[in-house]
Amino acid sequence: MSNKVIQAIYTDDDVLLGAVKKVKAAHHHIEEIYTPFPVHGLDKAMGLAPTRIAIASFIYGCIGLTVAVLMMNFIMIEDWPQNIGGKPSFSFLENMPSFVPIMFELTVFFAAHLMVITFYMRSKLWPTKKAENPDVRTTDDHFLMEVALSGNEEELSALLRDTGAVEVKVSEKH
Amino acid sequence: MYTFSNKLRLSAFVLMIVGVLGLGYGFLSAPATVEQAKAIVADAHHGDDHGEVARAHEEHHDASHDEHLLHQLQNKPWSALYVAAFFFMMIALGTLAFYAIQIVSQAGWSPLLFRVMEGITAYLVPGTILVFVILVLSGVHMNHLFVWMDPEVAAHDELIQGKSGYLNLPFFLIRAIIYIAGWAAYRHFSRKFSLAQDTAEDNSNYRKNFRISAGFLVFFLVSESMMSWDWIMSLDPHWYSTLFGWYVFASMFVSGITTIALIAIYLKSRGFLEEVNDSHIHDLAKFMFGISIFWTYLWFSQFMLIWYSNIPEEVTYFITRIEDYALPFFGMVVLNFLFPVLVLMNSDYKRLNWFVVMTGIVVLIGHYLDVYNMVMPATVGDQWFIGVAEIGGVLFFLGLFIYVVFTALTKAPLVPKRNPYIEESRHFHY
Repeated sequence: MSNKVIQAIYTDDDVLLGAVKKVKAAHHHIEEIYTPFPVHGLDKAMGLAPTRIAIASFIYGCIGLTVAVLMMNFIMIEDWPQNIGGKPSFSFLENMPSFVPIMFELTVFFAAHLMVITFYMRSKLWPTKKAENPDVRTTDDHFLMEVALSGNEEELSALLRDTGAVEVKVSEKH
Repeated sequence: MYTFSNKLRLSAFVLMIVGVLGLGYGFLSAPATVEQAKAIVADAHHGDDHGEVARAHEEHHDASHDEHLLHQLQNKPWSALYVAAFFFMMIALGTLAFYAIQIVSQAGWSPLLFRVMEGITAYLVPGTILVFVILVLSGVHMNHLFVWMDPEVAAHDELIQGKSGYLNLPFFLIRAIIYIAGWAAYRHFSRKFSLAQDTAEDNSNYRKNFRISAGFLVFFLVSESMMSWDWIMSLDPHWYSTLFGWYVFASMFVSGITTIALIAIYLKSRGFLEEVNDSHIHDLAKFMFGISIFWTYLWFSQFMLIWYSNIPEEVTYFITRIEDYALPFFGMVVLNFLFPVLVLMNSDYKRLNWFVVMTGIVVLIGHYLDVYNMVMPATVGDQWFIGVAEIGGVLFFLGLFIYVVFTALTKAPLVPKRNPYIEESRHFHY
């Protein structure tokens, strides 16, 4: 089992997208693509499964809403009812309109923060983590496609150069 | 070219005739005297467990209260007519604003839908003129929709007297003419440039359309806000809300966008607009979703601040609505907010045409109820009922709307073929 990969560097996202389609059509396995910015449609072209972050976000929002309801009910109704503007303070339902902004904010807060944390965990990112990209230029203006090699080096290099790669090199997989 | 199918034309006429009959019944069954009015209310209390109590209570009513009841019942068919007239005018106006925004923002996805929008805005002129006629009829005291127009009332009401520099009949009608003339002029020239662009050699018509659209949006923002004070908020002349213009705008905007989606899907199902794909419908559905939430934001902001501060002259507005209109008032929040949020949140559902149609119909019913809640409490008080006259009003204007809009759609090719963004729109893909 060879641990070798071939790395092709592109300088344009449209060329990259076209190349991905050609490489997929030739039935090679794309290990990973490193880009300096999100390329629209790349996940579909690579055949990645659709993201489930939206579902997670919905669940986090529901948790936030629940926390807000329970929190306001405890603070303002059960623990220490307060008379603010003469509003009835022993009923959650009758006070509900004044809690709506808090319910809204906590829904957004939970959804946003937990979604970002989920995203970092899922992409294995944390502080002090060493960068995985094999070429520093992929943080600037170059795109790098990593394709698995299984003894067909010549043929694959030719194909990649054909798709518009400006640089093709073989390297050990880390 | 689209041809108006006979079946649809016939349905439009049937709707109009049924609507006229319904409205006619409403007007004929309205009481002419105080005795008739009392009889109607007493009838409604029969069979009620509290009949006896209600009757005993009624004997305490003084003459002025009975007079008030008579006016409310006489107002009922007029209000039914006015709510429906305003609602369909609002759809055309909201669509016009959406259209102007598309042009000014140089949106690339929407040009394929421009002719649909132009078709809907064709209803603007007849729609606004019908509303104007009702306003004039109020001005000549054919009805008592606008209480400040009644000199008897104004004579004893210091708040109305204080506002009479703005709220007086001549200025009121002059303002209405200015709004209508401004909107109609924009719609006329924008349509003219849009059609001329189809056969033009260069983009000069497109540029002219861009310029007048930008100008129109400035005029619209001011005139729409003032229109909502004049035509809706002045029904309650003691009450005011500083975000009322925005609130009415959100309602008309979402109704307009929903109607664009419904008509585009209808035309697609009939084999026209074959280049309009699921991504275009998806974008319209995103707007429906977003503006529904925007509407709720304004609805709630208006409600919460007034509810919280509890100032008598402001809070009466919501007390009437909660005590006498609980079902339509809270029902519309379910239809306009909860339903679209839950149903349209999922991205895939926004691409299912039947799903968008179903949600669209619910949203339109919700926004009819919104106008209903804005008008009825001021004009008929607790004597509201969604009956023959109300449904008749909706059917009549729906028939007229379908007739005018689909006739306008036959007048020009459904694809604006020389719009500079038409290629982008054809290839629009999410």
